[in-house]
Amino acid sequence: MGPLVPEIIGNELNLVVALLLGFGFGFVLEQAGFSSSRKLAGLFYGYDFVVLRVFFTAGVTAMIGVIILTHFGWLDLSLIYVNPTFLKSALLGGVIMGAGFIIGGFCPGTSVCAAAIGRIDAMAFLLGTVFGVFAFAEGYPLFVGIYKSSFLGNLYVFDALGVSRGLFAFLMVAMAIAAFVATTIIENRVNGRKSSGYTENRRYFALAGLGIFLGFVMIFMPDHRSRAIAFASGADWQVEAESINRMTIDELAFRLIKRDRTIQLIDVRSPDKYTALNIPTAVNIPFDSLANPEWRDFLQKKGVDNIFYADGEETALRTAVLSMHLGDNTAALILKGGFESFQENILAFSDEKSSREDFTEEIYEFRKRARTELDILRAEAERVPEPVKKPRTIQGGC
Amino acid sequence: MENRKSEYMNSYLAGIFLGLVLLATIFITGRGLGASGAVKSVVVTAVSAVAPTHADNAAFYSQYNAAHPQPLKSWLFFEVIGVLLGGFVSGLISNRLKFKVVRGPRITSKTRLLMAVIGGFLFGLGAQFGRGCTSGAALSGMAVLSAGGIMTMLAIFGSGYALAYFFRKLWI
Repeated sequence: MGPLVPEIIGNELNLVVALLLGFGFGFVLEQAGFSSSRKLAGLFYGYDFVVLRVFFTAGVTAMIGVIILTHFGWLDLSLIYVNPTFLKSALLGGVIMGAGFIIGGFCPGTSVCAAAIGRIDAMAFLLGTVFGVFAFAEGYPLFVGIYKSSFLGNLYVFDALGVSRGLFAFLMVAMAIAAFVATTIIENRVNGRKSSGYTENRRYFALAGLGIFLGFVMIFMPDHRSRAIAFASGADWQVEAESINRMTIDELAFRLIKRDRTIQLIDVRSPDKYTALNIPTAVNIPFDSLANPEWRDFLQKKGVDNIFYADGEETALRTAVLSMHLGDNTAALILKGGFESFQENILAFSDEKSSREDFTEEIYEFRKRARTELDILRAEAERVPEPVKKPRTIQGGC
Repeated sequence: MENRKSEYMNSYLAGIFLGLVLLATIFITGRGLGASGAVKSVVVTAVSAVAPTHADNAAFYSQYNAAHPQPLKSWLFFEVIGVLLGGFVSGLISNRLKFKVVRGPRITSKTRLLMAVIGGFLFGLGAQFGRGCTSGAALSGMAVLSAGGIMTMLAIFGSGYALAYFFRKLWI
């Protein structure tokens, strides 16, 4: 489902969305006190850790939220922008920004917010950022070497550390909670206060605790897609396969020839076998790639029955079960007798009537005609470009 | 009537709200929040308008213009306009709208403004190396668990703490 841009929300509307989300961002920053540079700087001197609390709570909330949404299959992680990692540049930039923070008392987002309520120092800071970006732009030929060096890809931090996403998220939450407790103690000591004032915050703790608990349940349970794959690859899939209907080869041939638009064929054999020979109009989606997000639109097309075929029936059944678990069209069918049966009796139908005693004159005539008609269909289908597979481009970053 | 202890929102509650805004952003747009990117749009637009030949020849501007045909029609620019409006409305509601210079007790307003410009300069420069600032790299990077974003975050706070002692006169 998510992200909604660009499929559900167009690019023009996206700018309105940007304005609204920005509004929320600015409003919360200001309410939290990020419009005061003294409050921001307090983080570095121990008299006010509000920045750390808001920042880490927000980061952890969003992180857990992303995990929950992904778990239910509502958010496709492969379409989310993950900041690319250029090791040296990331560290150098961070060090320079840290200096800017302690000297200027803001970061760009908070300075916009503070400028909005009339803080002149924030306006000066913003002016400075314009100069800073300009300096980088003008000095770009000098900086480009380090700017582009040590590229590690769009790396996840848990992959970099060699742990699972769940474990890292757990450590992150534990660290945040430890930081909250430690900073409160420091803050009280620096400001000479005794009580922590925590009692009035119990409701918030209950709420946060619930969110964190939910997050962990999700973190340590496999997500929607992994569960579907595990089920279809496991031992119990056959129970569900019993409810899947089989379409006879003659019915399939008939409906293909009629150019029936309410069916679509999915060849789940290997790409090699598919390329060598397939049933006209079939799209090749092997079992292993069926769960890939780019196929969802195709397999969830409304008013269309998906018909899976493979060598024999078992692989096709298994794939149909997987498809149904992934939330694709429920009316999944498989081809009775599999590809070989269709190949032998229709595509390569032999005129020698003598070898075929088991069917009527009618079927004989039909299959003979179908053989030629399907050749025409194949030629037509080859002129139409591949219908699906459109990886969405991911945009993001500052 | 008892006075409210803090005129600001509870920081954990604010954090949850901020996290939800970020989460909504990721869910709707597939990207995180940002701020410094909008400054970049403004700089590139300004340079392209004032010195078009220079903008065509210098790699930084020409690459940016090639990737963003209309820099000011970018997502981040609109988002930052939203931040400006959101901050203003929040300040209005909480009665904080006022032109003033916020500074530490031991420095003059003039020093504070000079330092703000210098700090801004460094942040603007650093955000280019870091490919985003506290919002775009650190906060959004943390939400999606980007290695680069989290390293930049650690570097920002690490360097802030390392330098805090030397600049203490500015704040305390």
